[in-house]
Amino acid sequence: MSFWSRIANSIRGDGLSREIDEEIQGHIEEAIEQGRDPAEARKAFGPALRTREECRDFRLLAFLDSLRADTVFGWRQLMKRKVTSAAAVLSLALAIGACTAAFRLIDAILLRPLPVAAPERLYTVARQGVDVDGQVRTADMWAYPDFRLMRAAVKSQAELIAVSYAQPMDVTYQSDAEMEKACVQYVSGWMFDSFGLRPALGRLFTENDDLKPRAHPYAVLSYDYWTRRFARDPKAVGRTFRLDDGLFEIAGVGPEPFTGTEPGTVTDIFLPTMMHPAVVHDDWTWHRTLARIKPGVALEPVRARLQATSRAFEEERAKGFKGMSRESIERFLDLKTVLEPAAAGASGLRDDYRMALAAMGVLVALVLLIACANVANLMAAQAAARAREMALRVSIGAGRARLVQLVLVESAWLALLSAALGAWLAWWSAPFVVSRINPPDNPVRLNLPADWRVLAFEVALTLAVTLLFGLAPALRASKVNPANALRGGASSPHARRRLMHALIAVQVAFCFLVLFVAGLFAATFDRLSHRPMGFSADRILTLDARAPQAQSNVFWEQAADRLRAAPGVETVALADWPLLTGMSWNGFVSVNGAPPGPILADFMKVSPGWFDTMKIALLAGRDFRPTDATPGAAIVNETFVRQFFHGENPIGKSIAKNELLFQVVGVARDSPYRSVREPVTPVVYVPFLSQQPRQSATFVVRTAASNPLALASILRHEVTRARVGNLRTQRELVQAQTVRERLLAMLALFFAAVALVLAGIGLYGVLDYSVLQRRREIGIRMAIGAQAGDIARRVIADVFRMVLAGALVGLVLGMLSVRYIATLLYQVKPTDPAMLAIPSAIVLAAALVAALPAVFHAVRIDPVAMLRAD
Amino acid sequence: MPKTDSLQGSLDLLVLKILSRRPRLHGYAIMSAIKDWSGDVLHAEEGSLYPALHRMEEAGWIRARWITKDSGRRARIYELTAGGRKQLEAEESRWQAVTSAVNRVLRTV
Repeated sequence: MSFWSRIANSIRGDGLSREIDEEIQGHIEEAIEQGRDPAEARKAFGPALRTREECRDFRLLAFLDSLRADTVFGWRQLMKRKVTSAAAVLSLALAIGACTAAFRLIDAILLRPLPVAAPERLYTVARQGVDVDGQVRTADMWAYPDFRLMRAAVKSQAELIAVSYAQPMDVTYQSDAEMEKACVQYVSGWMFDSFGLRPALGRLFTENDDLKPRAHPYAVLSYDYWTRRFARDPKAVGRTFRLDDGLFEIAGVGPEPFTGTEPGTVTDIFLPTMMHPAVVHDDWTWHRTLARIKPGVALEPVRARLQATSRAFEEERAKGFKGMSRESIERFLDLKTVLEPAAAGASGLRDDYRMALAAMGVLVALVLLIACANVANLMAAQAAARAREMALRVSIGAGRARLVQLVLVESAWLALLSAALGAWLAWWSAPFVVSRINPPDNPVRLNLPADWRVLAFEVALTLAVTLLFGLAPALRASKVNPANALRGGASSPHARRRLMHALIAVQVAFCFLVLFVAGLFAATFDRLSHRPMGFSADRILTLDARAPQAQSNVFWEQAADRLRAAPGVETVALADWPLLTGMSWNGFVSVNGAPPGPILADFMKVSPGWFDTMKIALLAGRDFRPTDATPGAAIVNETFVRQFFHGENPIGKSIAKNELLFQVVGVARDSPYRSVREPVTPVVYVPFLSQQPRQSATFVVRTAASNPLALASILRHEVTRARVGNLRTQRELVQAQTVRERLLAMLALFFAAVALVLAGIGLYGVLDYSVLQRRREIGIRMAIGAQAGDIARRVIADVFRMVLAGALVGLVLGMLSVRYIATLLYQVKPTDPAMLAIPSAIVLAAALVAALPAVFHAVRIDPVAMLRAD
Repeated sequence: MPKTDSLQGSLDLLVLKILSRRPRLHGYAIMSAIKDWSGDVLHAEEGSLYPALHRMEEAGWIRARWITKDSGRRARIYELTAGGRKQLEAEESRWQAVTSAVNRVLRTV
């Protein structure tokens, strides 16, 4: 009870003092009534204030009481200097907000554990190998028959779970006219059980829902999808929908927190793996393998067992490979199976953005440090102005610890206000950044809850920041020498200036680093977006269509003809898929009957006119004719000619992919196929026309109008007998590939601008302060004949030495940091003179601009007025 | 004239004892009681008494409340708690032990 009453008394503040005063007053009056001399009765108490303080100290927690007093005092101090406080709060808020937003993203993508039982025992199974270029590549895709063998092999030590990539697919609840997209993920039936998940409604899958191929047409909805699509209607369970050529019945709804196993994608519909068309194929790799290791089981034996099983499976399969060299087969088999922790799930988004987010995190932390240095300098200048107040406090008996607390509480006020503002900033900026990283066909949906993790981060950050910028000024204030300070001379202006100058150097170093890295990212984005494509993405619309059943070439050609007849359409061609979707069909190629080499070539089927539509130049030979079919004619790109024909003319030569035989009829200009980031691969274009009927194809349409999307709905309806799923412009596809680089460049430039502004303000503040401090000295110098130029030089000389030192340190840091971000760069050399010169010039220019007001201030000091004033 | 020092260590004991005999006294009355009952030998200083009262109140030995006296003035009066009674016993026996030990030493020397 006593402890709580003490806390209550501490917070009550003055009430307690009044109560004690009243008691003492009562005592004195009583004494007077009893006939004592009033003056003597009062004197008996000694210093009344002391008695009151002594009584008070028993009744409350002294530190809490002083904290309360300091809090009130600190607030008044801040309010007294509204402009400086606002500047400090704003710059800190910007930095704290950016930090928190960065944390939310990093947490959501990389750190947050999946909401499943014992996530720390979850691993992904992947294969690691060395590719032709000597690079280590990791692949996490598996074939289902292989998965089955592996699952049986480690049954007693671990449970293996197959989960496909979550992908948007066309779903219809009523007629085909009302098609909608849903994000579908095929998962092992036992996944829910193994994860310890309970249904929110209906039932979840069990092992029995995943036994025979195509025999379990049931679906589980995610809670999120059930909310969005069905407004949590319990009658959703039991409804059916069409997907591809199957009819599925909704069996239940998953628990609310579980949104799938891929951070960055929220799964809408879970289906059993047995319903995936690839489940019986041993040469289709399409799903990830997650492993839940049983408690107390060592990892290495499990890994070795998985590797042995998978290798045996692949060896069996390799027996079917014909004409491949032993070396190629060895390379294919020589893969190491690895187990990687997947407590936070596994997703491509994560692998793509891991480095980028880390780089962002570091940049943002640097900005925070710059802001802290800024506020520390502001506080140091304030402390100088308050040296007398501090000296007075010391001389009437305030302890050092008490002074440190006083200044720290003020810092805490600043940090707290900034944190509140920063939290609000982070609140809307994190979703904003997520909306920027959206490839058009596969929107990123991140769970960004503002929960205790974010809160804890903010609180920790605020505390750290308070100490970071508050501690040095606080310690300095507590070291004040009352005798000196009260006499009128500042205690140690040089020491204070040294601290401020050191902080300036730190700020400039960090600022330079941020500018340098931002420059690298901006240059990377610039190079990528101006990379020669070899094709023209303007006015190109791509329609991915899918027929109910496989159709002959005639069907597809007729559909293309209908599109050609539509108004506003210039040319139409058919292809397997659009360029730059990441899709590819590849294989080893044998040239002129020799055994195939170790280089993979990419293949794509295209119709006559495709090169013309894409505006890819044919450098030699001819385009396909309507009669050309696969196998038969082939057109290869320049890289193919270099790598397979060593630059000789390939026209008329024959190449083979397994049993498919082709004769080269043309050479096309290089253009990126899967990705704009990787070097152009050898590509073989083969005729669209083939004996085998096909179920899906892509129409590539060049429109007359500059905005191809204007024709989208018309064209969609022209494709009558097939369903158009994805409808995208080629430009979107190009931009989607540089999303990461664009985001990095944009954010880095933004941070660079913030860093520059903060550092500039800091420099301005320090210079201005030092002119204020030295105005007497400057006045005397002017009185004895110093020139304005001389004064100006004097004012900025040592600060500029600091700026140069800082820039130099920043340069070294930049050089050191480059190897960590090398994978994020594209054709940018950090040692490029321009990459170094531009940030240097910007930093120096900013420093000059920041220095100007102080210099003007200094040279316009009137020596007469100055000397008379003191 | 006895000094405050003579009270040191025994102020708590005296206050507790007085309150056990005469509950509901205010500070001035406690001070007067110490003076009167000690035959004008012991004298509690205001500057020590009030901090001691507040300390004992916080320790839970005594409890205070405000009353309005006939004169219309408010006064803060004190009384013993159960914890205070135990403390009084402990202090009393400690005091007896100390004084008898001191006496023994005085007799021996």
